[in-house]
Amino acid sequence: MSEFHDPSNVVNPEHADHHIVTPVTYAIVFVTLLVGTAITVAAAYVDLGIFNPIVALAIACTKAVIVILFFMHVKYQSRLVKLTVASGFFTFLVLITMTLSDYISRAWGLW
Amino acid sequence: MDNATATTHPHTHETAVAAEHQHVALPQHRHHFETQEQQREAGTFGMWLFLLTEIMFFGGLFFAYLLYRNWYYDAFVVSSNQLNIPLGAANTAILITSGFFMALGVWAAEVKKRGLLVIFLVLTTFFGVAFLGIKAVEYHEKWEKHHIPGASFDVSQFVNPKAYGLKEQPLAPDMAQKTQVFFFLYFAMTGMHALHMVIGVVLLFWLTWRANRGEFSAGYVAPIENFGLYWHFVDIVWLFLFPLLYLINRHPV
Repeated sequence: MSEFHDPSNVVNPEHADHHIVTPVTYAIVFVTLLVGTAITVAAAYVDLGIFNPIVALAIACTKAVIVILFFMHVKYQSRLVKLTVASGFFTFLVLITMTLSDYISRAWGLW
Repeated sequence: MDNATATTHPHTHETAVAAEHQHVALPQHRHHFETQEQQREAGTFGMWLFLLTEIMFFGGLFFAYLLYRNWYYDAFVVSSNQLNIPLGAANTAILITSGFFMALGVWAAEVKKRGLLVIFLVLTTFFGVAFLGIKAVEYHEKWEKHHIPGASFDVSQFVNPKAYGLKEQPLAPDMAQKTQVFFFLYFAMTGMHALHMVIGVVLLFWLTWRANRGEFSAGYVAPIENFGLYWHFVDIVWLFLFPLLYLINRHPV
């Protein structure tokens, strides 16, 4: 890092490192996603009890992360973009948690 | 601030050597950005901010699904089993394929291959339209079975499944009515997803036309890259819709 004041980040711009993802990487991701889809369908026909939706969501989340990291290039982006993406999903979790805690606690003490 | 710094530190932007200052290499480079890379990152950042609003928009629908699935689980199971897994799985594969060609399109633009870019964009569009076609077939099946919520919705399959050759447990009439909630969410979620696909296909026609004129094969990749982000986001929504709507409880009881 530069030791002098550089507000416009010219000397060592993090975003200057531009990465072109190769078709080979895309092909590996593509096959992985198709395999993930096959596993999702197969797992749905196996009785896993309460773990059925958990497995389905785990596979879907894994596939989504792979798409975000490689197809959407987030793995190769600056920390600003990575933080932006993470904050979006964090805000979504806040939405789920707070709304669910409202519905769960609404009838407390009434039964 | 910048100017004051520049007088004391010779290596900042304002006092850079004139030759190094020639970063305005492309006509689309806006002068208020220091470098091309900064402009590019600002564009990516802006696109992701838009996608965050989309996450929250679809997030609301997913939350409604989560809540009603817990309230009316039995109704959700039997109505989910009315959806067609082969068509849904095929559509998942088709959408992944479309996203794969979109990703290849971004690569083709990066390495400045105009012909390849146009081909990949056309393939992206083709698989996108194929997805919508299969979705239309599925919607039509729901229409024929009277599984579209509203006045002509028919619960008889859920109240008396044996008469229709179904192996499901029969539902009480009040719970059977709640299958309408599932189908409402099914149409709302897949419908909003399909609307995003339709908008995407329209944008793809426009981008293909521009790509064919060579606009994105001379170093200006941002429109292709940012549209790619949108298209992949729509893919991700479907990656969650498919297991949540089609695969709630498919194993034999």
